[in-house]
Amino acid sequence: MHVLVCGGTGCQASASAQIIKNFEDILAAKGLQDEVQVVRTGCFGFCEKGPIVKIMPDNTFYTQVKPEDVEKIVNEHIIKGRKVTDLLYMDPENKEHVADSKHMGFYRKQLRIALRNCGFINPENIDECISRGGYEALGKVLSEMTPQQVVDEVTKSGLRGRGGAGFPTGVKWGLCAKNKCDEMYVICNADEGDPGAFMDRSIMEGDPHSIVEAMAICGYAIGATHGLVYIRAEYPLAIHRLQVAIAQAREYGLLGKDILGSGFDFDIELRYGAGAFVCGEETALIHSMEGKRGEPTLKPPFPAVSGYMAKPSNVNNVETFANVPIIITKGADWFASIGSEKSKGTKVFALAGQINNVGLIEVPMGTTLRDIIYEIGGGIKGGRKFKAVQTGGPSGGCLTEKHLDTPIDYESLAAAGSMMGSGGMVVMDDTSCMVAIAKFYLEFTCEESCGKCSPCRIGNKRMLEILTKITEGRGTMDDLQELRNLAAVIKDTALCGLGQTSPNPVLSTLDNFWDEYVEHVVDKKCRAGVCKKLMRYEIDKEKCIGCGACKKNCPAEAISKTDYIAPGHKLPSMTIDPSKCIKCGACISTCKFSAISVK
Amino acid sequence: MAVIKLSEAKVNFIKDVCKSYGNKPGEVINVLHKVQGEYGYLPAEIQELVAKELGIPVSRVYGIVSFYSFFTMTPKGEYPISVCLGTACYVRGAEKVLDELKRQLGINVGEVTPDGKFSLTCLRCVGACGLAPVIEVGDKVYGRMTPDRVKDVLAEYK
Ligand SMILES: Cc1cc2nc3c(=O)[nH]c(=O)nc-3n(C[C@H](O)[C@H](O)[C@H](O)COP(=O)(O)O)c2cc1C
Ligand code: SF4
Ligand code: SF4
Ligand code: FES
Ligand code: FES
Repeated sequence: MHVLVCGGTGCQASASAQIIKNFEDILAAKGLQDEVQVVRTGCFGFCEKGPIVKIMPDNTFYTQVKPEDVEKIVNEHIIKGRKVTDLLYMDPENKEHVADSKHMGFYRKQLRIALRNCGFINPENIDECISRGGYEALGKVLSEMTPQQVVDEVTKSGLRGRGGAGFPTGVKWGLCAKNKCDEMYVICNADEGDPGAFMDRSIMEGDPHSIVEAMAICGYAIGATHGLVYIRAEYPLAIHRLQVAIAQAREYGLLGKDILGSGFDFDIELRYGAGAFVCGEETALIHSMEGKRGEPTLKPPFPAVSGYMAKPSNVNNVETFANVPIIITKGADWFASIGSEKSKGTKVFALAGQINNVGLIEVPMGTTLRDIIYEIGGGIKGGRKFKAVQTGGPSGGCLTEKHLDTPIDYESLAAAGSMMGSGGMVVMDDTSCMVAIAKFYLEFTCEESCGKCSPCRIGNKRMLEILTKITEGRGTMDDLQELRNLAAVIKDTALCGLGQTSPNPVLSTLDNFWDEYVEHVVDKKCRAGVCKKLMRYEIDKEKCIGCGACKKNCPAEAISKTDYIAPGHKLPSMTIDPSKCIKCGACISTCKFSAISVK
Repeated sequence: MAVIKLSEAKVNFIKDVCKSYGNKPGEVINVLHKVQGEYGYLPAEIQELVAKELGIPVSRVYGIVSFYSFFTMTPKGEYPISVCLGTACYVRGAEKVLDELKRQLGINVGEVTPDGKFSLTCLRCVGACGLAPVIEVGDKVYGRMTPDRVKDVLAEYK
């Protein structure tokens, strides 16, 4: 029997380490430590309902487990074989308890290929990985396939890059293989810069061996013997798990010299990123690995010709790599049978925002946004109204109600004015202001622009100034046109992908939420109540009993007494001086008589 | 910035780190990671020493420290507080939590309280979006934050 406890970041933040410890202690006290193994896994995906505990082999999925629940699980489930009903997931529709994750709305429409092992194995144990088919693909390519056959198989599968651009992976490998020389590199891009996404991190934390194996397969296919993973220093657990995986693979002869007696040598080293979004761009990433400032350079030359140390290099994203081993074992035709016409396989998304089931999901390409948001995501939090869904992070756009039936694939999302991106998917309800969201992304780009080329460095700053003006109620209709003009210039003339895509969040909100921009400019109104400068705090003089509680709490001394006493009250009512008010909201939360409101 | 005299132990540690990377200029980022990991920040004196050991101009080291947001030239507080401003946290109200932290600590982002106890920084997505909005105090993650909870969290460290 196995007890799997989620060790992903979300569940760790809610005491999963203590849960593990309690399991170990209680099992040991009952002398069960040899029969029941406690395993700390990577993220199960259903972070919203974490911490997750799963009991194998009967596949019972406990949600929102607290450290003090452990004793009950051991006594009831493990010893007596009875499921602890009140810790099971409850279907929000029919209020029935569901024990097997397969039958939960959250998992039913998912298909797990890249995440196949996440939540099933102990990521720090290579034997568990091997027992689920790990390294089978590496064995197969080394013993049965020529490098060219590997390239052909990956090409035939239709796998495209999951890092954002969607370039066909097999074709990329083929181009690199053509530049054969004695020093070549396989690079894994684990910089994951989209602020609001954690797909790659979860794969590395939950199934690091799949990356190690895929990089070795890629090395064999293109003729490289060195692998490098460029990983964010902010991901200590992922770094640790990769290090453990690499060390174990070496020990088993799956990395190093003469792998599996085939004569093929391959080894992997880690390089650390240091918090610069632009370093996710492949040329910048390579410069950073060489110990330089991570500034992009013009392509060509492409990394396939001149990459790390000016040698031919193949850069792929973590999730791209995670798909490779299973394509080799199950075959290109199997993979190509999943997904839509031009986008094969599945895509992992970090589903977040104002949605009931936040978490990590993997769906076949071609699934609609509606299915993701309402079936898997369980709809909008608190029954509020859906407003927009953002994909593609700072390079993408916001889609609306009318796009809900758009199938998720590279082409359809681009046609709708957004992009696939690396997998961030943030759902917004009517409490989000779309002008403020555009500004949020632009602030990010301005902070992250490397400053090398002026359209991006200066143009984005200009756009941010205009957006700030608009959110502060100083915008004009000409400003809206100016935003479009600037966006067009930046898109055309910026040097790298960061600049070229940075206007997208602004353009897509201008297209889809024009009314909201106009409201900010003409009516000086923010309908979501987000833009502080457009808010007005007012005291209803009829409701105010003159207690003065708000006055005491106001940090700006904006509240004073009037000489009006409302009928039925004894003291004069209060009033707010809008020129002094800093819109902190302190008064509203102190007033017990609901006399203060925001307009 | 105040001039800091590096202790001999510090100097030796930094020299050893540089040596462990073969004093190669290409390893400067790895060296800085190690040194900051030990001392928490990278003041000018440390940058000068690293530059000398690796045989590169100080301007190149400074160029790297200022380019990458992970590297910092200001010391952290005893309890560094980071507020996640990733998209998921932002749409669930992270800014309001940040405002409240600023108000209660009386400092801005990038600053340290006068008693050296707390420092305040922002970061983007810690991978716990399910618990958004999220803040970190040291290594501890606090999820589902609200402005009202700020006081209780700070009280744990007072
Ligand atoms: C500004 C910018 C940031 C990027 N960030 C990432 C990233 O964080 N992770 C990633 O895999 N690719 C990122 N990319 C895309 C890479 O340049 C590159 O296309 C990708 O790593 C190739 O791998 P793939 O073909 O497997 O997708 C970024 C591109 C740009 C322009
Ligand atoms: S587009 Fe922006 S990030 Fe890219 S090179 Fe130019 S300034 Fe740097
Ligand atoms: S919102 Fe804040 S500043 Fe304005 S009146 Fe109320 S307490 Fe004073
Ligand atoms: S972190 Fe536990 S389910 Fe995602
Ligand atoms: S955006 Fe804050 S944890 Fe992901």
